[in-house]
Amino acid sequence: MSRIAEVFRKLRQNGEKALVGFVTAGDPSVPESIEIIKEMCRSGLDVLELGVPFSDPTADGPVIQRSSGRAIQAGVTMSSVLGMVEKIREFSTVPIVLFSYYNPILAYGAAEFYRDSVRVGADGVLVVDLPPEESDELTDEWGSDLDFIRLVAPTTPVQRMAKIASRATGFIYLVSMTGVTGSGGLDVSAIERVAADLKASCNGLPVCIGFGISTPEQAARLCPIADGVVIGSAFERIMETCPGSGAAAQVAELVSSMKKAMAGAAIG
Amino acid sequence: MKLAESITAGAKSALAKNLLPDETGHFGVYGGRYVAETLMPAIIELDEAYRSICLKANFQAELARLLKDYAGRPTPLFRAARLTKSLGGATIYLKREDLAHTGAHKINNTLGQALLARWMGKSKVIAETGAGQHGVATATAAALFGMECKVFMGREDIARQAPNVQRMKLLGAEVVQVDSGTGTLKDAMNEALRYWVGAVRDTFYIIGSVAGPHPYPAMVRDFQRVIGDEAREQILEAEGSFPGMLIACVGGGSNAMGLFYPFLDLPVEMVGVEAAGHGIKTGKHAVTLGAGSVGVLHGSKSYVLQDECGQIKEAHSVSAGLDYPGVGPEHAWLKDTGRVRYESIKDDQALSAFQMLCSLEGIIPALESSHAVAQAIIEAVRRPPTDIIIVNLSGRGDKDLGIVSEFLPNGN
Repeated sequence: MSRIAEVFRKLRQNGEKALVGFVTAGDPSVPESIEIIKEMCRSGLDVLELGVPFSDPTADGPVIQRSSGRAIQAGVTMSSVLGMVEKIREFSTVPIVLFSYYNPILAYGAAEFYRDSVRVGADGVLVVDLPPEESDELTDEWGSDLDFIRLVAPTTPVQRMAKIASRATGFIYLVSMTGVTGSGGLDVSAIERVAADLKASCNGLPVCIGFGISTPEQAARLCPIADGVVIGSAFERIMETCPGSGAAAQVAELVSSMKKAMAGAAIG
Repeated sequence: MKLAESITAGAKSALAKNLLPDETGHFGVYGGRYVAETLMPAIIELDEAYRSICLKANFQAELARLLKDYAGRPTPLFRAARLTKSLGGATIYLKREDLAHTGAHKINNTLGQALLARWMGKSKVIAETGAGQHGVATATAAALFGMECKVFMGREDIARQAPNVQRMKLLGAEVVQVDSGTGTLKDAMNEALRYWVGAVRDTFYIIGSVAGPHPYPAMVRDFQRVIGDEAREQILEAEGSFPGMLIACVGGGSNAMGLFYPFLDLPVEMVGVEAAGHGIKTGKHAVTLGAGSVGVLHGSKSYVLQDECGQIKEAHSVSAGLDYPGVGPEHAWLKDTGRVRYESIKDDQALSAFQMLCSLEGIIPALESSHAVAQAIIEAVRRPPTDIIIVNLSGRGDKDLGIVSEFLPNGN
């Protein structure tokens, strides 16, 4: 059983939901980024999404665009992201999903990316601009040591959901709204309907909901319809407004309060 | 009429031989649909609509009428006698897309896509623009059809193409300034894609080049092929034979695909001209096919300017419409197969060609098109007068007078 599957199995057993945290790798620097991740893990983070910075992140809002820009400025490359995974493995067994646009993976090499990701201890990959129609060229020669997290959107028709789910492993990432990351205007009742359709067609694969979720209250409201909640821009916003050593503590605090709110919701 | 019929038949057989892209939008390994899932259903819907609606006789008749009565087609094929004589080489013809309504070939595509949007029941359109020609052409089509229009344009391009910004506003479009990156065409397209992710349910994205996810590269090419279809007929009428060579500038590559496509089955040499900016060695250029490598940008796989880690590099050209680090996937395919030769022209060469066309032919070309003219000058002198070269004069240069006067302060 993959590390991701194992985490969701345990959470389910305990009636809990997963807190999935997105962090742009190496923002503002590799050591600071690792420090922040360490604090997040200590505070109860269930799954880490480690964002590979890209120059043209067309699915991301301004907050993650800027964090991606800072990481590139700091010289972060795919090799340094993989190096970070290796470092994180020294202190944590948290499942790590590499979250990337396709071009940095293409430049690194499909086979090389798989080999090195597995070697450093990554557990999954999510390629935001690689729909199932195009993903064979990446995964054709891959083994099964890396889960392939796939996206479902509110615009995805039900038939297509089943098709996507049949090719997904680890969990399915349900995009909560038609918009880029960090957008406002989360409509919980609209996403409830989409989540219900997805649940009916995904063969028990865990479903995590993300995009535009920033408060513990929002996270708690989504718990009844999901196996996990993804938070990204809310963390990046803290790093942006609170540079230096204070960021790690504040991010950790947000992780704790999210987990707490979600635990209450899952029980209730 | 017999001639026209035989040409239509020729174009049809050309199409049969060049059945690309395939069903899934690939030209060999290039093209495809590399977009976030939120957009996939819209792109699939567009592909289906494009295949079904655009083949309908009603649609084609309506578009043909608009191209003729509104856009002013066919555009002339003009024999540039004084330019030809001054070079002493091959005979140069100019396909006068600068005379189309709004001053560039872009209107062919925006009328097609806006009409398709209307048939699909969408009342809002968005577009990205670099030089502003596609933005103006989109704003124009939107005004004509009574649609709401937003145009995304980089900060830098807004500054250097001010007349087009004003035109778009007069036409009722909202111009959205894009500050990210270098504030040029690439960033405008990023922002248009981001906006579209949020508005995809009721908004039609009119992409201006043969770039983006499938079906855009094929659809834009098919709306632009009218350039080549006309040129094929016109050159036969004028000279009784096909040209030896076609030349067009390539940023994303829509005017080049439009001219080249109907000639692909003929023994005609084709040259695509990229913008070399300050020179390839300086790193300040837009020579995507000539100096880039294979990557994925803005929804399709093609050549891109990128570093070894896959981060997209900034392009540079004096011409805003060529200042783009990507290129349409069909051009990547035509380069690899060797069917089209791709060359590059530097800023100063383009400016010289610009001046030459002004003074010898009384035509002020767009800086984009001036790159094609500069290449034609190089090619013509190596060939005898019996050789015919058709240059796609893709747009007029009024929008560029500010930039040109910076470089040529005495106006000569």
